[in-house]
This record gives sequence, C-alpha cells and structure tokens, in this order.
Amino acid sequence: MSDFINPVERAAAWWHSIEEYLPGMLESCAIVVELTAAVIILSWICGLVAALGKTSTHPVLRWPCEFYIWFIRGTPTLIQIFIVYFGIPQLGLRLSPFTAGVVALGVSSGAYVAEIVRGGLSAIPKGQTESAIAIGMSARQCLQYIVLPQVVRIILPPITNEAVTTLKNTSLLSTITIVELTLKSEMIISYTFRPFDFYIIAAILYLAMTTSLMSTATWIEGRLARRY
Amino acid sequence: MAEAILTLSSLHKQYGGLEVLKGISFNVMPREVIAIIGASGSGKSTLLRCVNLLEIPSSGTLSFDGVLIDFSKPERLWRRGLSLRRLRTRIGMVFQSYNLWPHKTVLENVTEAPIRVKGMARAEAVDIARQLLARIGLLEKCDTYPSRLSGGQQQRVAIVRALAMSPKLMLFDEVTSALDPELIGEVLDLMATLAAEGMTMLVVTHEIAFARDVSTRTIFVDGGRIAEEGPSREMLTSPANERTRQFLRRVLHQPVSASARP
Ligand SMILES: Nc1ncnc2c1ncn2[C@@H]1O[C@H](COP(=O)(O)OP(=O)(O)OP(=O)(O)O)[C@@H](O)[C@H]1O
Ligand SMILES: [Mg+2]
Repeated sequence: MSDFINPVERAAAWWHSIEEYLPGMLESCAIVVELTAAVIILSWICGLVAALGKTSTHPVLRWPCEFYIWFIRGTPTLIQIFIVYFGIPQLGLRLSPFTAGVVALGVSSGAYVAEIVRGGLSAIPKGQTESAIAIGMSARQCLQYIVLPQVVRIILPPITNEAVTTLKNTSLLSTITIVELTLKSEMIISYTFRPFDFYIIAAILYLAMTTSLMSTATWIEGRLARRY
Repeated sequence: MAEAILTLSSLHKQYGGLEVLKGISFNVMPREVIAIIGASGSGKSTLLRCVNLLEIPSSGTLSFDGVLIDFSKPERLWRRGLSLRRLRTRIGMVFQSYNLWPHKTVLENVTEAPIRVKGMARAEAVDIARQLLARIGLLEKCDTYPSRLSGGQQQRVAIVRALAMSPKLMLFDEVTSALDPELIGEVLDLMATLAAEGMTMLVVTHEIAFARDVSTRTIFVDGGRIAEEGPSREMLTSPANERTRQFLRRVLHQPVSASARP
C-alpha cells in the first residue's frame, strides 16, 4: 500500500520524477548567465557614457543623457523590452530575441548604472583631477588612471546590487520567447502540472546564481579595500 | 641679458561678469623666485592657475619657454589642445591640499606622470622617483599610501611628484596653509633648497618671512592688479604702497614702517 512507503523511498521517487528535467533547467541557467554577462557589459558602457554626459557642462552632451536616464527610470522595464522586441521591427529592423533582450535590458540597466557612476564621480575631490591635469595628463588619462580606479571602489556595492537586479530581470525575457530559466520552468510545468516543485527549483537555481555573484563582489571588495 | 622664461602681458580673467584679474603683466627670469602676496580673494590662485592654463585667461598673452599664446584668439587655442598639455608638463604645480592620488602608493604617485605623460620607461621613472624620495628622506615610505603620511610628508611628496617631470617652472599655491604649524618648516625648507638650486618658482604665500628670506622678488596683488612689486627684502620691510603696508600689518600683526625707498 502506498501509504506505507517510507520517507526515503518517497524522496527517491520525487527525485526520480524531476531528475530528467534538471539538465534542461541547468542549460537554461547557462542562458541566464550569458544574458546577464552581456547585459552587464552593455549597461556599464551605457552607464559610463551617460554619467559622463550628464556631468558634462556642454548642453549638447548633457541633454540626451538626461532624457535617457529620465525615460528609462520612469517607464516599466517590460514596456522597454516590448518596445525593442516588438516595436523596432515595425520600423524595419529585425532583431533576434537574444539580441533584443540584451539591448533592452542593457540600455535599461545602463540608466541606473549611470546614476550610480555619477554618484561615484561626484565623490572624487576636484583636486584629484586638477593635479592630474596640471601635471599634463589628458582628460582621458585622468579618467582612466586617476578617477575611474577610485570610482570603481566606491560604486562596487551599488553596482553589485544592480547586477543582481539584472540577473533577476532576465526572467522578463521569458515574454519574448527566450528560453531562459523562467520560461523553461513554465514549459516543464505545462506538461508535468507541478508548479510548486518546479518554481521552487527555479528559485533555488536563481538563488545559487545571485549568491555567487554577490560573493564574487564581496571578494573583490575585500581585495580593493585592503589596499588604501 | 637672459631671456625671460615666463612673460605675462595684460592678462585678464573673468568669471561671468566678475573680473578677477584686471591686467597682470610681469616677467620671470630663469632662477628667479617670486613671492606673490595679497589678501584673500585678490586673485592670487587664479593668477597661478592661469599660468599653467588650468583656467584659460579671457585675454592677454602668455609666453613660456619660447611659446607664445594669445588668449584673445580663443578659437586657435582649442586647436592647440595638445601644446597646452605640453606646456603643463613643463610647469609643476603644488596645491594647498596636496592632492596626492590616494589609490596610488607614494612611489606610484611620483612615477605616474613620467610614465603616462612623458612615456618614460618604468625602470627609469622608478629610478628617478627613488632618488627624489631619498632626497626628502621618504624613501622608506615609497610603498605606503598617502593617507598614512603626515600633512608635511604628503606635501613634500606632492612637490617631488611635480619635480619628477623636470619642470622649468614651479608654481606653489599656499602650500603650507593646510599644515599644522610644526609641519610647515619641513615644507618651507624643501622649497628653500629648491630655490637655492636654481629652480624658477612662483610662490603664493602668507609666510612673509619665507618671502623675505627666500624669494628674490615680491609681487603684491590687490583686487586683480599688481599694486606693488620689487626686491623682496626691501619691499617687505619698507613697502612704498599704502595698501601693501596695510596688508603686511594685518598678516604680521605688527606695524610696518613707511617706505624709505627712493
Ligand atoms: N571658478 C570660479 N568661478 C567664479 N568665481 C571664481 C572662481 N574661482 C575664483 N573665483 C573668484 O575669484 C576671486 C579670486 O579668487 P582666488 O582664489 O584667485 O583668490 P586668492 O587670492 O587665491 O584668495 P585666497 O587667499 O583666499 O586663496 C574670488 O572672488 C573668487 O570668488
Ligand atoms: Mg588662493
């Protein structure tokens, strides 16, 4: 009688019933990692450019950056994804789901990164850049060797936060047919009818990824902090 | 007679409607040490910053080491961005607040510009930096970060950082004003040594004794103009100008005799 099956056997039976889906879920984790990496790189580029633009004294540089940050921060990320994936093809440019997803999330996260970087830039005393310029460095050298290394240390905690948000936001890309972890789980659930099990497994896998991201950041932070 | 190393002629600087420099002209000969004194807000810092083009003067001309720049033709100036930088590499500047780079060690602070700006080989830059640091007795601190140094030590490193570029002219903007009184001496001593070795220097200072004993000439700036200039010893002991006298009385807290000069 099934009522008398002992717990160990029950667990074994449960494991057996999900085991075959795990490789597929892990594969979709790899897609999450790829998406996150690409989005983070794009968001850092957008964020740095927008932060420098917004702190510039030149209105031609400042205005577009201010508009960009204002627009992104004031609209839902999902709408931004839809604009890129469904909207842009209407103008004649067809993007693969992966490209559209990376562009949408990267540009979106970039606005938040810009605000973080701007905060970091404003924490560097003006005398630091002044002594660099006075000794003959170009604006680029001053940024590269004097300002950014210090900014990186200051913004590491908030930028980690933003990277974790980015990782979690990749689940929004399930809406544009990218089979990342969320969509993969939904697909499995649609033929197993076991939402509780598979959403919990998805959550655990997300936790594993965000936790390793955060501990890497903590490790880097510790290394930078010990120096000066 | 020798060529002037620096010539300013009717240099003006405006911030919006505020005219801070109202026509400054003077020559600096090689090996001259010029003290610039004046009340707060009279434009001394602005003057120094205009010399190495941290601020671009509104009009007038500046000629340094054979290069003439005319600020009334600004459009030409921008196209010469590179030569402005080259000019800065040959003028060292030391600030009131040291402005060392906190994320770099003492040694790296000194080698950074020779390597990045001059393209000097690292080994050579390190060699020069170590020699300079040895001279100021801070060689054993070369791997520490600036935050671990006293104000006086930081300021001496800042001076050495500028010297590592082998400048032809050194600018000092109230470099002892942020220091505890007991640390002022070590910085002034280093500056006096440089002066004795023949470095050409423009020194904005409130240290009247230093100006009198070390500088060859003193310029008194008042309201964006040069109100008086002359050999330091005479001018600082018996100024001709009433404003200079008032100023000296204020900073020295003691009476200054009227001019006995011809
Ligand atoms: N970037 C700027 N924008 C507007 N005004 C400025 C700027 N820099 C300086 N000023 C003004 O120019 C005047 C001269 O300033 P400056 O710093 O040259 O004086 P200073 O003689 O060095 O004074 P102190 O002895 O206090 O250092 C002051 O009234 C100051 O407010
Ligand atoms: Mg000043």
